[in-house]
Amino acid sequence: MAKIVTRNLDLWYGNFKALKGVNSAFEPNKITAIIGPSGCGKSTLLRVFNRMNDLIEGVRMTGEVLVDGENILNGNTDLVILRKKVGMVFQRPNPFPLSVYENIIFGEKIHGSSATRHKRDDIVEESLKSVLLWDELKDKLDKSALSLSLEQKQRLCIARLIAVKSDVVLMDEPCSTLDPQATARVEELMRELKNRYTIIIVTHNMQQAARVSDDTGFMLLGELVEFGNTHEIFTAPKDKRTEDYITGRYG
Amino acid sequence: MERHIDQELKELNNEILKMGAYAEESIFKSVEALKNRDKELAKSVIDNDVNADRLELIIDEKCVDLIARYQPMAKDLRFITTGMKINAELERIADIAVDIAQRTLEIVDKPLLKPLVDIPKLAAIAQNIVKMSIDSFIKGDIELAKKVLASDSEADTLRNLIQKELIEDYMVKDGSTAPRAVQLLLIARFLERICDHATNIAEDVIYMVQAEVVKHHPEKL
Repeated sequence: MAKIVTRNLDLWYGNFKALKGVNSAFEPNKITAIIGPSGCGKSTLLRVFNRMNDLIEGVRMTGEVLVDGENILNGNTDLVILRKKVGMVFQRPNPFPLSVYENIIFGEKIHGSSATRHKRDDIVEESLKSVLLWDELKDKLDKSALSLSLEQKQRLCIARLIAVKSDVVLMDEPCSTLDPQATARVEELMRELKNRYTIIIVTHNMQQAARVSDDTGFMLLGELVEFGNTHEIFTAPKDKRTEDYITGRYG
Repeated sequence: MERHIDQELKELNNEILKMGAYAEESIFKSVEALKNRDKELAKSVIDNDVNADRLELIIDEKCVDLIARYQPMAKDLRFITTGMKINAELERIADIAVDIAQRTLEIVDKPLLKPLVDIPKLAAIAQNIVKMSIDSFIKGDIELAKKVLASDSEADTLRNLIQKELIEDYMVKDGSTAPRAVQLLLIARFLERICDHATNIAEDVIYMVQAEVVKHHPEKL
């Protein structure tokens, strides 16, 4: 069963219709890339999945967005629980101005857990191991997260999601500030994590989408033009608009 | 809007067309040399093959360069990868023309075993099928490519007929004809191989145009 499904999803920012009748299905244990030119609605779509758009004034949505079969556009959705389940990694890594340890345990704390110190140590170790940071940081857990390299910060932000046991990881241009080697390592991490998570990545980097994703969606002017197997999208797209975009003819 | 890669793809296309023209010309000349027992022409086919070899390397390098520098996708990617394969097929066709020319030189000074009837017919089929396959590439014409695939069985049948005749009517009845009969057998085999390479080109063209793999999937035609 698909982890996230959208049905006839429309979204307006005031009078501007940013998403138009989006029907899509995101499979668990897969990496799905969303590509498209700037302003096509790809980040907007990503932000629907944990209702981040709610923070923007004048946003209105119609249609359905099912996460594990439940429509999250219902008034009774608990956003704290939703955002725990569907976590997000941003373009610029945004660790809190706290220690490495406190960053990872932050979610645990706000979700009101009464875990013991020992339990928390385990969570920190496990989360940092999952993002391959443990060996680098195990002796620096008290260090400020702001002192880490960009790549380490981005990994730490992913570790934060792992610590609260998110199921879905949304990534909005997660490598755009990283150099090619750091990008390659984050991509490697994504591949490792996909066995346990549903990963959805928005990227301008078409080669990245082609490299890491299993499925790809192409968006244009608020519409999901084509959605399918990544190999097919990049070798034999069905829609001329997709073909024009991925071969650099758009515009 | 013309993209930077468009100019390079045009250049690649022109090089492949040049390669196609070489291959066609080599077959034509080798068959003419055989029919007219023309030693000089046969030799020129052998001597000129170096041009096809050189061009093959240029095209290969161009394709690799385009992939490395542009990371082409979709239609562009299919054009370049197909171009590489067609390049190899055309080079093989030119090599086979050399093989035919070499066989011709072997028999040209000896008395004719029999008047050549079916071999020129097979040669005409091979020439036509190569021309069609190259045209299907130039025009991106799927129907023409399918015609190439359909014509191949004609060549197979004729080759079998030639083979049967040479073995049963000559080699079995009179062993002394074997050395010349074997040369003709080989030539028939070469001409049929040319048709096989042309079929590969046609299959590649179908993939290039409509992204469908028909190679080893006859049911898709």
